[in-house]
Amino acid sequence: MSKRALHHLTAPLIDGNPITLQILGICSALAVTTSMATALTMSLALTVVLTTASALISLVRHHLPNAIRLVVQITIIASLVIVADQILRAYAFEMSQRLSVFVGLIVTNCIVLGRAETFAMRNPVWPSVLDGLGNGLGYSLVLMLVAAIREGLGAGALFGVQLLPLASSGGWFQPLGFMLLAPSAFFIIGLLIWAIRTRRPEQVEPDEFPLRERSGGDRP
Amino acid sequence: MSELFLRSVFQENLALSFFLGICTFLAVSKRVDTALGLGLAMIVVQGVTVPVNHLIFRGLLIEGAWAWAGLPEVDLSYLKLICFISVIAAIVQILEMTLDRFAPGLHRSLGIFLLLITVNCAILGGSLFMVDRRYDLPQSVIYGLGSGIGWALAIIAFAAIRERLRYADIPEGLRGLGIAFIVTGLMSMGFSAFAGLGQP
Repeated sequence: MSKRALHHLTAPLIDGNPITLQILGICSALAVTTSMATALTMSLALTVVLTTASALISLVRHHLPNAIRLVVQITIIASLVIVADQILRAYAFEMSQRLSVFVGLIVTNCIVLGRAETFAMRNPVWPSVLDGLGNGLGYSLVLMLVAAIREGLGAGALFGVQLLPLASSGGWFQPLGFMLLAPSAFFIIGLLIWAIRTRRPEQVEPDEFPLRERSGGDRP
Repeated sequence: MSELFLRSVFQENLALSFFLGICTFLAVSKRVDTALGLGLAMIVVQGVTVPVNHLIFRGLLIEGAWAWAGLPEVDLSYLKLICFISVIAAIVQILEMTLDRFAPGLHRSLGIFLLLITVNCAILGGSLFMVDRRYDLPQSVIYGLGSGIGWALAIIAFAAIRERLRYADIPEGLRGLGIAFIVTGLMSMGFSAFAGLGQP
């Protein structure tokens, strides 16, 4: 794999992460992160759909009239999501019940349509596949990290395996119930963005109304 | 009924407790008036699409819907995603044309938002929740309106906070997106405090 091709794969992991930098696909990202198992299933489903959708859309890109390209893209994505949903229902029914509507919502996940529109429509198949895979992995990385924090602190477990002995069963760990509620996900992503931007100052957004330096003497 | 309405506006707020439509929520909330436009468009579209999707799901897709045609075992419910997305796109298109014809002023101020709403996960999510929770027709009308109003309420309040936030001195890395998330988290905590509402 050439260095340029590798770049398509690695760039979206941290530097151009779809969630923390491009604000794409947060809708489904937060709701499924109460446990590692649901987050992993969701990540797998999204990565597979994203990679396949990028490949298919890139394949047909020369035959798409510009006026109906959005409709065709959405139809392709929706068909792939239906396949993923049916497979989950067939082989992991309990998991698909826990994910409820969120697998279906991959259709409107902005990452998939965004990558199709900005990358797959303009590039050959192989780079599009790598780009789709890279973005899927970048999304998964954030999802798994948030889920690890939420399940680890909220229930003292990872993947359902009890790691910290709970106070209710004689141990010392008092689970933070707050971590399992909706607001904690927002805080964790916000702090994560802060951490990444402290490491990579070029991602910091410009201040709209900077405070003026007070120059001594000319104050009324 | 009123309990369902209150629940869909406050406790089960689509944006703040199910994270639906958060992409748009963060992107189009820099000013109160644009947030107001988007919120109104959201109420209208959500209020129309949920009942229409309910009728289509009950009438065409659910198992046994084709019994009158001698096909009682046909179950098309796996087609619901494609169907709902097309219905939403079609309704948004019709709404846009109707507004353009009869209320050009409103069309000018809502125009772009209507198109944005087609790919908003809150709209599709509302329809999917309606199927998931087996609402009947009156319930889905109430649920559609309620969840639309809840989402609009959240984005308008959020935009108002963000307008004030512009003058705050925020740590560098947290500026913009980061602080937006933290504020949304605080708002989400606030909304979850409505949980006692409507209970005796």
